[in-house]
Amino acid sequence: MPESRFPIPDFTVVAPDMAKEQAAERAPALSREQLLDLLSKMLLGRRFEERAAEMYAMQKIGGFCHLDIGQEAVAVGAISTLRPDDYIFCSYREHVHALVKGSDPRRVMAELFGRETGLSRGKGGSMHLFDAETGLLGGHAIVGGHIPLATGVAFAMKYEQRPQVVLCFFGEAAVNIGAFHESLNMAALWKLPVVYICENNRYGMGTAIERASAIYDVAQRACAYDVASETVDGMDVLAVYDVVSRAVELARHQSLPSLIEARCYRFMGHSMSDPVHGHYRSKQEVEEQKLRDPIRHFFEQLAAQGALDQKGFEEMDGKARRVVEDAIAFADASPEPPPRALFEDVYSEPYGPYTRSANRERRT
Amino acid sequence: MPVITYRDALNQALREEMRRDPRVFLMGEEVGVYQGAYKVSRGLMQEFGERRVIDTPITEEGFTGVGVGAAMVGLRPVIEIMTWNFSILAIDQIVNGAAKMLYMSGGQVKIPIVIRGPGGAAHQLGAQHSQSLESWYSHVPGLKVAAAATPYDAKGLLKSAIRDDDPVIFVEGETLYGSKGEVPEEEYLVPLGVADLKRRGNDVTILAWSKMVNVALAAAETLANENVSCEVIDLRTLRPLDERAIADSVRRTNRCVVVEEGWPYAGVGAELADVIQREAFDDLDAPIERVTGADVPMPYAKNLEHLAMPAADRVVQAVRRVMYLD
Repeated sequence: MPESRFPIPDFTVVAPDMAKEQAAERAPALSREQLLDLLSKMLLGRRFEERAAEMYAMQKIGGFCHLDIGQEAVAVGAISTLRPDDYIFCSYREHVHALVKGSDPRRVMAELFGRETGLSRGKGGSMHLFDAETGLLGGHAIVGGHIPLATGVAFAMKYEQRPQVVLCFFGEAAVNIGAFHESLNMAALWKLPVVYICENNRYGMGTAIERASAIYDVAQRACAYDVASETVDGMDVLAVYDVVSRAVELARHQSLPSLIEARCYRFMGHSMSDPVHGHYRSKQEVEEQKLRDPIRHFFEQLAAQGALDQKGFEEMDGKARRVVEDAIAFADASPEPPPRALFEDVYSEPYGPYTRSANRERRT
Repeated sequence: MPVITYRDALNQALREEMRRDPRVFLMGEEVGVYQGAYKVSRGLMQEFGERRVIDTPITEEGFTGVGVGAAMVGLRPVIEIMTWNFSILAIDQIVNGAAKMLYMSGGQVKIPIVIRGPGGAAHQLGAQHSQSLESWYSHVPGLKVAAAATPYDAKGLLKSAIRDDDPVIFVEGETLYGSKGEVPEEEYLVPLGVADLKRRGNDVTILAWSKMVNVALAAAETLANENVSCEVIDLRTLRPLDERAIADSVRRTNRCVVVEEGWPYAGVGAELADVIQREAFDDLDAPIERVTGADVPMPYAKNLEHLAMPAADRVVQAVRRVMYLD
């Protein structure tokens, strides 16, 4: 591991106990059902990703595949604050986000498998999940490139006086991209209803934030644009829910943007192509971080409140596993896209007359 | 029929489409209060207000992306890039965003956006402000690329582009804004993908678009005095390309010269030459000639800039070569 010239910042922002207190204080008025729902979404996400890793190893899934294991509390806590017709934009690490926003797990898995029944009809893949029905406006695979797009949807909401808000997820490495700064500036200037959520898992691929950013506190970037910001323990689903709820209110009722920095940690490699730990982080570090497992952390909280016991947890887990198995079976049984799909949807006409290859194809 | 400038024809197109459809808005640098760096948007903020005519910071990637995002949920943005040179800053949003969204979403997310502004060289603006990027955008499946040569086409094509459900790259001619032509008062559209026969001839086909159409026509006029009959076709749209119009003409004339302002290497003219060899190989009586901008960054000095630009005399020479007159 290269020696850093800088002291490594504490990326566990808030001590877990403090977070618990905070969460208890603010007590997002959630019913037991809602609390259990948060946990079950996290579990579904975890089991989905674990099995996706296996499917990748079996070459059922190709290309790049970025798993969300360890970071589930961010997607679940944040997206659960939304109404069904709100919009989300994600980076390429977005399987769990899609599930939480309401996409059918079968169609998410089928997309990973590259099948016709996939969310994007097999033409997007792991990094490009789209579900217009649930308001998932994409997994996007150019770091930071989707931040202006999310800003544009927020612009459209304001333009048409629609009440929806936009959540835009990206990693901490994206905040050094120009598009991030251009977007925050416009969102503040025009007062747009968008919540930028930085999933700070500390590493942009293998580069630690302190080796890439002059300022470690991502939330601090917001002050340059007079945008409200907050840092939150991204391993604590209730803390995330709490802070994003307030940001969403700000967006929905005052049409103001905000930047949330959720400090989290991925337990897997950057993608399926690299190991869990390697040159850039030690096994010990990963093991230490795993002690902060957001699912176990939340379950323990619920258990302490008497909201859920071990048996209930196992039932919930069993259900998540069954949903994932069903999704895999569905994906596996689904057909590949037909060859004619190659030239479909390049343009909005059903069979684009305009692509060169399509023209050639027709002639032969 | 009223005679108006290319600039005013574009202004009419914007005005009419904004009146027609409340989802259409104009966004870009200096489009509102300043009324357009080239005055294309003159008076639009006065008519439509700041909600629909939006001045932006100098943030090309940002506001182009905002346009693409707004299009994702059903608005119909017109994004003005002050000059196409600056679109290089926005190219990720155009190529990775606008062009691919429909495809990678499996047909779910359309991007009905127009990105427009002046392209090409003007007068001694130097290397960074004098380039033709049509070939860059024409390369990309998912984009449509239009470039009007006349006020009539500027208006009709822009209206079609705004009504189109796909992203359209609309390249205007910086030195054409003041040019004048007849534009009818009644509404009309010029469809994307249809070339226009500017001058009928029998001996050679000259293909051009945007301001190179004028260069081609001037050359044709000169050659007419030498009893060489040139057919001049204004492509008007580079993607989709009107392959039929090109092939039909070359099959008749058996010779072709392509005039383009951009650089030669991997330029649009190279694609046109390929179309012709595929569609009319047996009809060709001479190799296809290309008259292009010089393969250099644009120099500042007036004499060098002149040498770098395609001019009528070079087109005349090219035609003489394909006619084996020299």
